[in-house]
Amino acid sequence: MNRIITIEEEVPNVHKMVIDAPDVAKKCKPGHFAIVIPDEQSERIPLSIADWDEDAGTVTIYFLEVGVSTMKLARKVAGDEIDMMAPLGRESEIDNYGTVVVCGGCYGVGAIYPIVKALKEAGNTVVTIIEARAKYLLYNEEVLARDSDEIYTATSDGSHGTKGKAQTVMKDLVDGGRHFDRAYIMGCTFMMMRNARMAKELGIPSKVYLNPLMVDATGMCGVCRCDVGGETKFACVDGPEFDGADVDWEQLFKRSAQYVPHQTLAYQHKKCDIDHCGGV
Amino acid sequence: MEDIYKYAGKRLTPDEMKAAIASSRHAMTEQDAIVRSRNFEEVNLGYSIETAQEEAKRCLLCPVPGCVQGCPVRIKIPEFLSAIVEGDFLEALRIVKEDNALPAVTGRVCPQEIQCEGKCTHVKAKRESVGIGHLERFVADLERYSSEKLPVETAEPTGRKVAIVGAGPSGLTVAADLARSGHEVHVYEALQKPGGVLIYGIPEFRLPKELVFYEVDNLKQMGVQFHYNHVIGRIFTVDEMLDERGFDAVYLGVGAGLPRFMNIEGESLNGIFSANEYLTRNNLMKGYEFPTYDTPIYRGRNVAVIGGGNVAMDSVRTAKRLGAENAYLVYRRSRVEMPARDEEIHHAEEEGVEFHNLTNPIRYLGDENGWVRAMECIQMELGEPDDSGRRRPVPIEGSEFTLDVDAVVVSVGTSANPLLTKSTPGLELNRWNNIIVDDKGRTSKKGVFSGGDIVRGAATVILAMGDGRVAAAGIEEYLETGEWPDKVE
Ligand SMILES: Cc1cc2nc3c(=O)[nH]c(=O)nc-3n(C[C@H](O)[C@H](O)[C@H](O)COP(=O)(O)OP(=O)(O)OC[C@H]3O[C@@H](n4cnc5c(N)ncnc54)[C@H](O)[C@@H]3O)c2cc1C
Repeated sequence: MNRIITIEEEVPNVHKMVIDAPDVAKKCKPGHFAIVIPDEQSERIPLSIADWDEDAGTVTIYFLEVGVSTMKLARKVAGDEIDMMAPLGRESEIDNYGTVVVCGGCYGVGAIYPIVKALKEAGNTVVTIIEARAKYLLYNEEVLARDSDEIYTATSDGSHGTKGKAQTVMKDLVDGGRHFDRAYIMGCTFMMMRNARMAKELGIPSKVYLNPLMVDATGMCGVCRCDVGGETKFACVDGPEFDGADVDWEQLFKRSAQYVPHQTLAYQHKKCDIDHCGGV
Repeated sequence: MEDIYKYAGKRLTPDEMKAAIASSRHAMTEQDAIVRSRNFEEVNLGYSIETAQEEAKRCLLCPVPGCVQGCPVRIKIPEFLSAIVEGDFLEALRIVKEDNALPAVTGRVCPQEIQCEGKCTHVKAKRESVGIGHLERFVADLERYSSEKLPVETAEPTGRKVAIVGAGPSGLTVAADLARSGHEVHVYEALQKPGGVLIYGIPEFRLPKELVFYEVDNLKQMGVQFHYNHVIGRIFTVDEMLDERGFDAVYLGVGAGLPRFMNIEGESLNGIFSANEYLTRNNLMKGYEFPTYDTPIYRGRNVAVIGGGNVAMDSVRTAKRLGAENAYLVYRRSRVEMPARDEEIHHAEEEGVEFHNLTNPIRYLGDENGWVRAMECIQMELGEPDDSGRRRPVPIEGSEFTLDVDAVVVSVGTSANPLLTKSTPGLELNRWNNIIVDDKGRTSKKGVFSGGDIVRGAATVILAMGDGRVAAAGIEEYLETGEWPDKVE
């Protein structure tokens, strides 16, 4: 079991959790993820590792409350214990490519940080773009700015930075004469698809971090199989990082929707229990 | 000193012999087929004490017992049966446990019909074998439910430390043996619970999980320390265990957990699951209790399971219990070639599973949302024997037909998971990525032992435990002498 050191809601529905895990912290690399299990009844939740501190022996994750198990995770308090299995996945391919653009959305605004940092350390000029629906949902800007050469924001409603998405900024920059050697994109599936398609259009090779359904996350169950470049890959052990241009996004969406009716049902069934609404 | 061979060399009197020959096997009470095909409780309900003793009396106490030869770990079967006859149940269990650390498990899941029971003299005389498996289970269950326990005995601490990777039957066996000898044993398991296949693969209706936890608790009492959520090769490597974490030896019992697919058209459609996924959701994550448990499992109406082994049988019977109107078992050979235990095939038939033998899927057809809707199959016939000695199935041209399905479970075997072996330099593998060991369980890497499915490919619980036994002895020897062969093969 691992103890929760801090948990806070960064912006509405994005939770940041720092977990005591000294052995894990020693082994984390950009691109890795963890499986977190809030309690006996919970699912095994895959979450990207957003930061780690070897000296303090801690690991940081960001997550959204989207189902019953993440709801329970969000209701945890400092000092509670959870099960965590990490680090998992292949480490990110990082080198000095020249100028790279890094896009984060959703939990990816938090979890893209190790990649930004590693790209910077490898000598790249790092241009980071983060997106959200509105200003009040943007977070982590200062942290990312520290390791980025430039940072841009995009909001759908235009309340902060460019009106639009990360890919709007990416395109504006390229149209304005900027050249990017690589793009790194992390966020919800839809966000990654949009940005990867734009990168492809602009001729930028991209890396994305797939987040399909997983159960064991060690290659045993195969639920995370996805089509990449015409081959079946297991996101948990062959990924989660893949070339954005090669991913069969349609299939990924369809496969991710497999348990949506179940999840909706369970969420409604459990929400009242867990939040004690209407009870004593 | 207590005579450990108290029940050795017993013989039946002529009258007892006559009665034994005239007797017939006592069936174990089981849940009614219709009732049980809708619940997850155990099918077999166990022997009463009287029935167990009656059944044990059927043993002919052969001077050269075939059953013992048929047992991969050579349990002293006539001895433990004699102890049952005498009502000395704890002694019976102790005798079994000398050779088998998990009798409650193997009594339920061993393929007895091709092992001990298959070699029973009754069978040679065309009678029904003694219910050895049932009796093995009986002695273990009786202790679990009674207040009289076998004492847990461990030797003085030796100061030596051994790490075991994987808490499956193989790893647990090694842990038991080494803890008994006084070594400090740490078990590292990737999942959040111990048991390996016993927890995530074999369903509750065949192997109640409570019983696996009971055995693990016994090990904890013996001082074994369990570390869950530890994927070795990721959180730390085998080399780090040996060089930095102070382990004198490491045992790798990581199983054969990688699912195989058939690579046919449409296999990525929604509703098509590997047996590992289907069973893990159901058993480890308790999907059948969704939404009390959070992990969902898809409850198909027309479910086809591809394969003919224990895993396929477990999957198809699970589908039935999850409410399938039609649960099909689609197998490319015929019933006699099915590798599953006889009892499971028989139970599946009783529960209303529809068998499509000599049939193979060739592609899956889906709807616009990416869900499987039908499966195209082809009929097969048996040709010449293949490497495995079984007759090779060949497709009959023009025999294609379509089966409407909304869920499919692919259960055509598993292979070695390379996650650990890839992170362990110096470990020799064969071409299927199985670890190569010698007759003492030693790998090509000094201080590292292995056994079970990662060595054999998907095999059986008892063989995995037998390997654990051998390796535990190998580890003792190594801790003593420090000797390692130049080459293992
Ligand atoms: C559904 C099903 C039904 C079966 N039915 C029968 C039956 O009726 N009778 C029978 O005799 N056999 C049966 N078998 C086969 C039997 O279960 C296996 O042969 C046996 O469990 C193998 O034991 P093992 O200890 O080698 O491996 P496993 O039981 O596979 O255990 C390996 C353990 O290692 C863990 N692990 C893997 N990698 C790592 C790592 N890197 N770090 C830490 N831990 C790791 C795994 O999580 C797992 O818990 C069945 C198998 C299945 C799947």
